[in-house]
Amino acid sequence: MPGDDTLFHHALRLGDDALVLGQRLSEWCGHAPMLEVDLALANIALDLLGQATHFLNLAGEIEDEGRDADALAFRRDVLDFRNCLLVEQPNGDFAQTIARQFLFSNWQELLMREIATAPEPRLSAIGAKAVKEIAYHAKFASEWVVRLGDGTEESRSRMIAGLDWMWRFVDELFDPKDGAASLRAEWDARIARTLSDAALEMPKPRRGAMGGRAGHHSEHLGHLLTEMQFMQRAYPGATW
Amino acid sequence: MSAIAELSLKDRILEILSHVPDPEIPCVSVVDLGIVREVRGTTLVITPTYTGCPATIAIEQDIRAALDRASMSLIKIETTLSPPWTTDWISEEGRAKLRAYGIAPPAKGAAKHSLREAPAECPRCGSLHTEELSRFGSTPCKALHRCLDCREPFDRFKCH
Repeated sequence: MPGDDTLFHHALRLGDDALVLGQRLSEWCGHAPMLEVDLALANIALDLLGQATHFLNLAGEIEDEGRDADALAFRRDVLDFRNCLLVEQPNGDFAQTIARQFLFSNWQELLMREIATAPEPRLSAIGAKAVKEIAYHAKFASEWVVRLGDGTEESRSRMIAGLDWMWRFVDELFDPKDGAASLRAEWDARIARTLSDAALEMPKPRRGAMGGRAGHHSEHLGHLLTEMQFMQRAYPGATW
Repeated sequence: MSAIAELSLKDRILEILSHVPDPEIPCVSVVDLGIVREVRGTTLVITPTYTGCPATIAIEQDIRAALDRASMSLIKIETTLSPPWTTDWISEEGRAKLRAYGIAPPAKGAAKHSLREAPAECPRCGSLHTEELSRFGSTPCKALHRCLDCREPFDRFKCH
């Protein structure tokens, strides 16, 4: 049924966004600038992996071909992933990681608030639960944008460089094909407010990079997947 | 007659589960935390706290084991996400146990404005003169605080 196919891809996109960013953030575990930040990034990664599990299990349930969240996470190749390009971008330095989190969590919070009222009850249940967690992520990232942006010369220039790196992946989040275009105005206002608190300027508009939703990914995702999927590639079907 | 039998089954299940501790905060039971939502016929409905909380799987296994030990293998466990778990479901008894354990319980009814919480009460000296050190702590449900009077660091159960 076409309706089910739409819902399958919707759940897949949401699950892949959370999965890929969760995996990216977990690369910081043990390497963050201080213990509290290490705990925070690991906690956010954990929330995202939890959300990914729910969304991908739902996608598998709708598809009805016997695939669960694990099968979708570990046994698909890069062309079949439907996450946005933003989440697969490399961590870079701490400011670059914060820039990505700031842009993404503010978007994801608005999106989940909307999904929490979706007519499909299985989808709205996950959205209503996730939005409470994401509010913490958005606040954490926004506070760090202010601290780094309004900090020293060094932290400020790094924050600007981090936002500059990530900004070209923003337009994809609001691609009208995925129905999130209506969130743009509120997102812009949120971002502008925090950047003003951080004494930073809005990055200049530029042509957005698109394609993640169609499986056209940057080189970075393949590398991430080889690490994440190593065990199932080396020992297919292994369980413990 | 059947209504009475059902009531007593529910009470028996809740009694059994009131002895199943949370794996990460063993001073409180899964009933205290509001993880146990209802008993519907022979189905027990539970809900996870945080979507990514690794204790979720352990909790379900512990509940299953406790029911099996009480010869209740026929009771099915169902997990629901909706309505989403909130710290408002932690019982008064659970809050007292958390405080005695050294964890500041979440304020009741504060979940709706969880990002603007009142100052935490130090579980050791009772002072409200405290500060947040990190919003993310040792488990998804806790934040790290410090008392500015007795100087002790402590965990606070996040309003959620």
